[in-house]
Amino acid sequence: MPTADNSQGERPNYLNKEYGVGSWLLTTDHKRIALLYLISITFFFFIGGFFALLIRLELLTPAGDLVQADTYNKLFTQHGQVMVFFFLIPSIPAVLGNFLVPMMVGAKDLAFPRVNLLSWYLYIIGGIMMLHCLLTGGVDTGWTFYTPFSTAFSNTKVIEAGLAIFVAGFSSILTGLNFIVTIHRMRAPGMTWSRLPLFIWAHYATSIIQILGTPVIAITLVLVLAERALHLGIFDPKLGGDPLLFQHLFWFYSHPAVYIMILPSMGVVTEIIACFSRKRIFGYSFVALSSIAIAVFGFLVWAHHMFVAGISVYAALVFSILSYAVAVPSAVKVFNWTATLYKGSIHYDAPMLYAFGFLGLFTMGGLTGLFLAALGVNVHVHDTYFVIAHFHYIMVGGAVMGYLGGMHFWWPKISGKLYPEGWARLAALIVFIGFNLTFFPQFILGYVGMPRRYYQYPPEYQVLNVLSTAGATILGVGYLLPMIYFLWSMRYGKPAPANPWNAAGLEWQTPSPPPTFNFDEEPVVTWEAYNYDELDAPRKEEVPVAR
Amino acid sequence: MPDSSTAAAVHGEAHAETHNPALLHHFATEEQQRDASNLGMWIFLATEVMFFGGLFCAYLIYRLKYFGDFAAASTSIDAALGGTNTAVLICSSLTVVIAIWAAQRSRRALMIAMLVLTMLFGLTFLGIKGVEYRDKFVEHHVPGSSFSFEHEEIPGHPGEYANPQHAQIFFALYFIMTGLHALHMVVGLGIFTWLLWMAWKGRFTPDYHTPLEIGGLYWHFVDIIWIYLFPLLYLIDRHR
Repeated sequence: MPTADNSQGERPNYLNKEYGVGSWLLTTDHKRIALLYLISITFFFFIGGFFALLIRLELLTPAGDLVQADTYNKLFTQHGQVMVFFFLIPSIPAVLGNFLVPMMVGAKDLAFPRVNLLSWYLYIIGGIMMLHCLLTGGVDTGWTFYTPFSTAFSNTKVIEAGLAIFVAGFSSILTGLNFIVTIHRMRAPGMTWSRLPLFIWAHYATSIIQILGTPVIAITLVLVLAERALHLGIFDPKLGGDPLLFQHLFWFYSHPAVYIMILPSMGVVTEIIACFSRKRIFGYSFVALSSIAIAVFGFLVWAHHMFVAGISVYAALVFSILSYAVAVPSAVKVFNWTATLYKGSIHYDAPMLYAFGFLGLFTMGGLTGLFLAALGVNVHVHDTYFVIAHFHYIMVGGAVMGYLGGMHFWWPKISGKLYPEGWARLAALIVFIGFNLTFFPQFILGYVGMPRRYYQYPPEYQVLNVLSTAGATILGVGYLLPMIYFLWSMRYGKPAPANPWNAAGLEWQTPSPPPTFNFDEEPVVTWEAYNYDELDAPRKEEVPVAR
Repeated sequence: MPDSSTAAAVHGEAHAETHNPALLHHFATEEQQRDASNLGMWIFLATEVMFFGGLFCAYLIYRLKYFGDFAAASTSIDAALGGTNTAVLICSSLTVVIAIWAAQRSRRALMIAMLVLTMLFGLTFLGIKGVEYRDKFVEHHVPGSSFSFEHEEIPGHPGEYANPQHAQIFFALYFIMTGLHALHMVVGLGIFTWLLWMAWKGRFTPDYHTPLEIGGLYWHFVDIIWIYLFPLLYLIDRHR
């Protein structure tokens, strides 16, 4: 069993093997590419956050006083596009997934290391194109690019933004392709499908969506750009085209894209909950297959974004029922996590605090999703702040909480250093409080009728908007803190042992940080995932593990 | 694969038995590497199906909506040229298969000849496609400001004329679909240039010709896309 102490610091690992810019920019090591992604998505997270800050400042007062209406349109558009395509989609898969998928299955690297590097470069090229678009005028269509506004009327940089997202999409496809082949073909001897960590199952399901959904948004953007440049009429009702076709194609990707964000987060939370409850996960195969079920059902619900767009009532009825169906595998997961906690030996370390946060916020986001799947309620709250609050509970309360929890959980493995636990718990608390203060008032705002995408509003909405802006400030502090102490820990943190949490999983059986080829000798797996009974049994007599 | 030999050298102990420089360090066996490469290409082709799938979906919807206009527009493109191109591509798929068959039996000259032939078929296809595009340009059937499709009869409905705007949607889809297909052909020609170079250098053996297999998969896929495009675009209403 693990926990060999390796605090010498001189042991060769993936971080100190080579130095210099070239050894990073031309690396094919999945762990180094994960760090490249980490730096780039953090950059875009703060750009997206900057837009969010300006939005919340404008909404502090009922009058439109901070920015002009046109600027405000660009702010919410670019907040959405940067956060969705340049932060949330790559967040957990490209950083934690890149780092962990090969290690968890016991491989030396992903199946196609050079394709992995290519995917980062595509992301960077797309990112630079997006930055160029932002700096030269930006785009105001809403992140959804709805036609015919985007193709015929908007006088902003629609083509630039569309091309940026087109390019970044291929980086997502290549990551998904790499994961699927790696999970199928690179597993260590004895690592059967039923012994895989559930993080891997979640990433497998995510990858299916990435490879089957992303190409559809790519071709949709091609059509939008061609239409905008040449006025072909494909989406322009004036020329015989059908804007609804655009919405169908767009949401065929963009609804499953929500599951690209949330499924990996579910995988992270599963690992954390099992580790900090010291129990095997309740209902392994249900949790595993519910990931696949979410991926499959996720492709069949897209038109619930279009209930008021003029689709037939029968189509709406079917899509409403199918949207309810997604709640089943999601609830299976929540109940299995809860059952895992039951009678567990629970430790309240920072990753677990984020996991608890995820549980509560994801449940709220999911339940309000059921409100929205109901046709009548949907018509009432359509395009209001209720929708904004709902999807932020999933995409921020769910996905980002999972991402931060995972970053804390695996930070000792990634950096070889321990982060300061007290600060981390404080940050988790701040994030949770700030998040709820930001977005819970928005449920009420939407329910009483405040529409989204307006830069001014009647004075009776002000109290709730002020609460929301105050919450966003707290949330911002909560996000800055981890960045500061992670950076601090890289220099001043205590060296991490191989397995600081005494966690199950192959990634903990190799030193922190891992050697370039992950394992000093090829692992052979003879145990199931989450064998916490066995891990803890012989520990009883020994000294407790340092936390 | 410039880095493969060094990578193999680093892990010389781990693969003391293997001498194949094409085996990358992170694979345990050649079989694992071949399986991974093949699976990777199949998954890539699945994404390609979805990529073209969006276009097929748009085509299907407008064809149902504007069938007569689509039939009239379809009749204006040259089915003989399209049919020739279909035959050319089917032949090129055959030569790819023979090239792989030759690689499996160490018949290097035959393999090289078949690769060259495949590329010639590919170039022929693109040449004929260019002629078709030129015809459309001359006839003002390219969507945009100079597009014109006035007084074109709907097949089977004498005296009824196609709506030019709806016909323009057909031609927009025609150019985007065949254009993206042609782009895939150009990429395929690039891949086959590289394969030809590898074959010339004698890198393919009966045990190792994975690049040839996955390059062939890609080529077949591009052919199959055309097999669907041809009847959908050229043969909408030709049976009268």
